[in-house]
Amino acid sequence: MSLLHVSSPHIHKPFSSVEQVMKQVLLATIPGVLVMTWFFGPGTLLNIIFGSALALGFEAWALWLRGKDFKSPLKDHSVIVTATLLCIALPPYAPWWLIAVGVGVSVLLGKHVFGGLGYNPFNPAMVGYVVLLISFPLQMSSWTEPRGVGDVPGITDAFVALFAASSYDGVSAATPLDLFRQNSGMLFDGLMASKAEMAGVIAGRGWDMVNLAFLAGGLWLLRQRIFTWHAPAGMLAALSVCALIGFDEGSSTGGGSILFHLFSGATMFGAFFIITDPVSSAVSNKGRLIFGALVGVLVYLIRVYGNYPDALAFGVLLMNFAAPLIDQYTQPVVYGTKKIEVDE
Amino acid sequence: MRQIFDIHGGIHPPERKELSDPGFLMDCPPPSKLVLPVTQHIGAPARPIVEVGDTVLGGQMIAEAQGPVSVPVHAPSSGTVTAIASRAVPHASGMTDTCIEITLDGRCEWIKCEGVADWRAESKAALLDRVRLAGVAGLGGAGFPTAIKLASDRTIGIHTLVINGTECEPYITADDTVMQCCAREVVEGAEILAHMVGAETILLAVEDNKHEAAEAMKDASAHLASAEVVTFPTKYPSGGEKQLIELLLNVQVPSGGIPADIGVLCQNPSTAMAVRAALIDGKPLTDRITTLTGMALSKPGNRRVMLGTPIGELLANAGFNSETSDRVIHGGPMMGFAVTDLDMPVVKITNCVLAPTRSEIPPPQPQQACIRCGLCAEVCPASLLPQQLYWFARAKDQEQLERHHLMDCIECGACAYVCPSHIPLVQYYRSAKGSMREASKEKVRSDNSRARFEARQERLERETAARDAKRAARKAAAEARLEAGDDPVQAAIERAKAKKAQQEGDQ
Repeated sequence: MSLLHVSSPHIHKPFSSVEQVMKQVLLATIPGVLVMTWFFGPGTLLNIIFGSALALGFEAWALWLRGKDFKSPLKDHSVIVTATLLCIALPPYAPWWLIAVGVGVSVLLGKHVFGGLGYNPFNPAMVGYVVLLISFPLQMSSWTEPRGVGDVPGITDAFVALFAASSYDGVSAATPLDLFRQNSGMLFDGLMASKAEMAGVIAGRGWDMVNLAFLAGGLWLLRQRIFTWHAPAGMLAALSVCALIGFDEGSSTGGGSILFHLFSGATMFGAFFIITDPVSSAVSNKGRLIFGALVGVLVYLIRVYGNYPDALAFGVLLMNFAAPLIDQYTQPVVYGTKKIEVDE
Repeated sequence: MRQIFDIHGGIHPPERKELSDPGFLMDCPPPSKLVLPVTQHIGAPARPIVEVGDTVLGGQMIAEAQGPVSVPVHAPSSGTVTAIASRAVPHASGMTDTCIEITLDGRCEWIKCEGVADWRAESKAALLDRVRLAGVAGLGGAGFPTAIKLASDRTIGIHTLVINGTECEPYITADDTVMQCCAREVVEGAEILAHMVGAETILLAVEDNKHEAAEAMKDASAHLASAEVVTFPTKYPSGGEKQLIELLLNVQVPSGGIPADIGVLCQNPSTAMAVRAALIDGKPLTDRITTLTGMALSKPGNRRVMLGTPIGELLANAGFNSETSDRVIHGGPMMGFAVTDLDMPVVKITNCVLAPTRSEIPPPQPQQACIRCGLCAEVCPASLLPQQLYWFARAKDQEQLERHHLMDCIECGACAYVCPSHIPLVQYYRSAKGSMREASKEKVRSDNSRARFEARQERLERETAARDAKRAARKAAAEARLEAGDDPVQAAIERAKAKKAQQEGDQ
């Protein structure tokens, strides 16, 4: 009998694999994507399907170029997660080439130039997003109006928008964050009351529900122990504190309410799906708390004082740069290295 | 009720302890021959004191301790020494070592063993001597010489003796069996140990999945005011010495230190029993209780096994079906190592031999890239950052490995157990630790030679300086004489002149 000579431990936690982790992240996006489909129509869904197919192609190509085995890495679903996260962030009814460029940049420049899965210093989806935002600002700001099912573009419209030459801007409208940034001279309450887009249950119409849905998916991931609470809590707390400081009773030059910031734009999606990317964030729990908090501060600053309506992608990429530095100063106290008081 | 403190991390792997019934101790028929390694402990190997062809009796010392950290080896039964040669021994590296092979005569003749009449009346040194001569080493898995752990320079100020009956590794039920079937002996051993080190408190620590063992310990220790049975929730690796101490006493053993530094001594129940046997029965350590388990065995269970019994023979005895299995593990599934040769013997540290079927413990899955998910850091009982250590180990970055306290890793394997990328993390750490030890040895060597070189340099300089000083002093003295009109040259000339004048005068 030939004996297997392997190192300890000999047993492994059942159902624990990269593939499982990625699958659960994909599952957790479902509520958010469904609510987006309710309010904006099937655009996002189509983007995700198209983007994921492209991503698999880019991944296989990149692996082949690098002389790697390209069959088993495709099964880990990581590239589908990247494409899905990017496509959720893109406006629904984006043209095909926008998605292709975004996915291509994410997979090739965001991931494979650094050595593939696990080696990327930046969040690949956000790399793709920022390249698109800077290169194609018009297409990237054409968000559809959140009308609700029955009043949104149909599946045919979605295909036309995706593959027709010109961009589909028939139903595009300003997002609450756009309105907030363009606001001049109106009190915050006045702004909220005057625009239909602002009249949601919690914050802007539709967007507050989208944020709630991503929050729900994120909390499920937290329960599944895919990540710890530190990064999301850090980001949401910091954003809330900034909003609290900057709100100044809702003057025209103030920074918007806490609820407005928490439930607008990419806040919840970012807090639970983007900054929780373990590869490009800080390592220790303390580090992740700080990482998240600083993203929150950056998001607030760019939203209120910057040139872009939302700021998650910039915030995340800037903090990706800082992650190794944070790691240097946030090493946990190892067993037995605590200073002990000498008891007499 | 004693308060239990939380330890960082930990995992809950399937326990699988039901496979081997801890309530029942089986005997094992003696094998035809025994293979006894001279190193069954941590420290210097013992030196064989028998020769091929010698007949030996059970309990007779066949290899003596060499140096301070070493333990002797005794023959478990009577027979003839048929070989002293290099054989495969249980070790993570699959190495070979000197072994004494005894072919048994089946008569089971023993030397006359004499214990102490009253251990309380004996001096500590005498008790310690008996423990040392009986070849007792830690039976929990590490095999550290027990007499060293009990030696006086380490035990000053020990207040608590912990009998570590945690047995947190899945599958293993050897300590459970010892605590259930030999409760009285364990407690008596604990009493002796406490007496030897001067501990006021004895904590008998048992995980809450071993209810019967805890009850047996309570019954057996009821008469002792100083002893307390403590149960606590089952979690791996609560049985790690450092983890258990934190869990019971809420103090941490300082990094690089030993439990005695904070006044604690940990011993395994089987070790306590072996100490008792050494003192009361005067019997050296020649057998132990070992768990034989795994789905590839038709008759799993706990057996009293003679040290030196080949593992293959033991497995055959337990109904091993080699068709269904492709690995045999010495120890538990978390920290044990794969047996490379079934002729390997049972040694003092063999608390378990695990023969799983292929479906029970499937071959390891291919390693994937680390995604820094941090699950490993969540479960690490030492609060390390395993994912960072992995990257630094791969980069061979010793400075960062040191900064991240690699040496405080206890190799429990919790990180690798949860790793979704199936990275054999412990393997990386072992290898990196090896290179770090090498490097620090190298550093000591180079420091020593630098010190030697500098000392020599200093000595040479000192000698030169001394020579120069001497010369200068001589010169100064000569000059002084000159100044005082005491010119030796002039004097010599004068002397010569005087001599010449005298000669001329003589003529």
